[in-house]
Amino acid sequence: MIAAVVSFLSGLLFGLGLAVSQMINPAKVLAFLDILGDWDPSLALVMAGAVGVAAIGFTQAKKRASPVLEIEFQIPENRELDMPLVLGAALFGIGWGLVGLCPGPALAGLVAGHTESVIFVGAMLAGMLANRLIQTIRR
Amino acid sequence: MDNFTPLSALIGGGLIGLSATVLILFKGRIAGISGILGGALTFPLGDLGWRVLFLAGLVAGAALYNLLAPAPFVVEFDADTPLLVVAGLLVGYGSSLGSGCTSGHGVCGIARLSPRSIGATILFMAIAMATLFLMRHTGAA
Repeated sequence: MIAAVVSFLSGLLFGLGLAVSQMINPAKVLAFLDILGDWDPSLALVMAGAVGVAAIGFTQAKKRASPVLEIEFQIPENRELDMPLVLGAALFGIGWGLVGLCPGPALAGLVAGHTESVIFVGAMLAGMLANRLIQTIRR
Repeated sequence: MDNFTPLSALIGGGLIGLSATVLILFKGRIAGISGILGGALTFPLGDLGWRVLFLAGLVAGAALYNLLAPAPFVVEFDADTPLLVVAGLLVGYGSSLGSGCTSGHGVCGIARLSPRSIGATILFMAIAMATLFLMRHTGAA
């Protein structure tokens, strides 16, 4: 029960943070990415605030043998910049720059009820499934 | 720079960092939206519940903001349907192939000083900026 509350609460804080910081608005994100236009540096401060606080969490996590509610931490151990990472990040960057939406704001923004959000999320889910399908076939 | 909102950016960012802190300390998981969502799509046995709860919380958090704030949050698009579909496919496929997005690599990865995540974040940010530059300032696409 407590684990369920923690998962929901963590998502709640994330969604609230996206709305408070306005990163839920693709136009606000594009205003950051448009460095040669009327530049809005807000996203950099969102990242700074998020990374600063999360760094405390990860530092504390490192000192513990296990998380409070689970047997072990599930943190990626791969530290190598390989081809899937580079190609994936590049494709993600193109999509992000085209519309100004990444997965978190796309999902949370559904609350505003725009058709554009639904179309984007549908395509995003299809893209995620496509990659998983290709990886499964290759194996 | 008249659209710069430093205070709400820092506070909102702090809330996102707090979300990541809660999830790693209690559940031992990375607060990466593409990873949490992508993992839920394949209905993993015994691993689905927390993902669905987190994602429900994410949406509820945005709704909660609208309840508490003097005005609801704004979502503005400058894209037609074909562009939304192409961008959505690229964001979904790319974040899945690259094992993360703005939250998993950009926030959690940088916070734990992962070279992979730092590299991915620099790359997708530079490419997003270049893409938007081509769209807005050269008349391409």
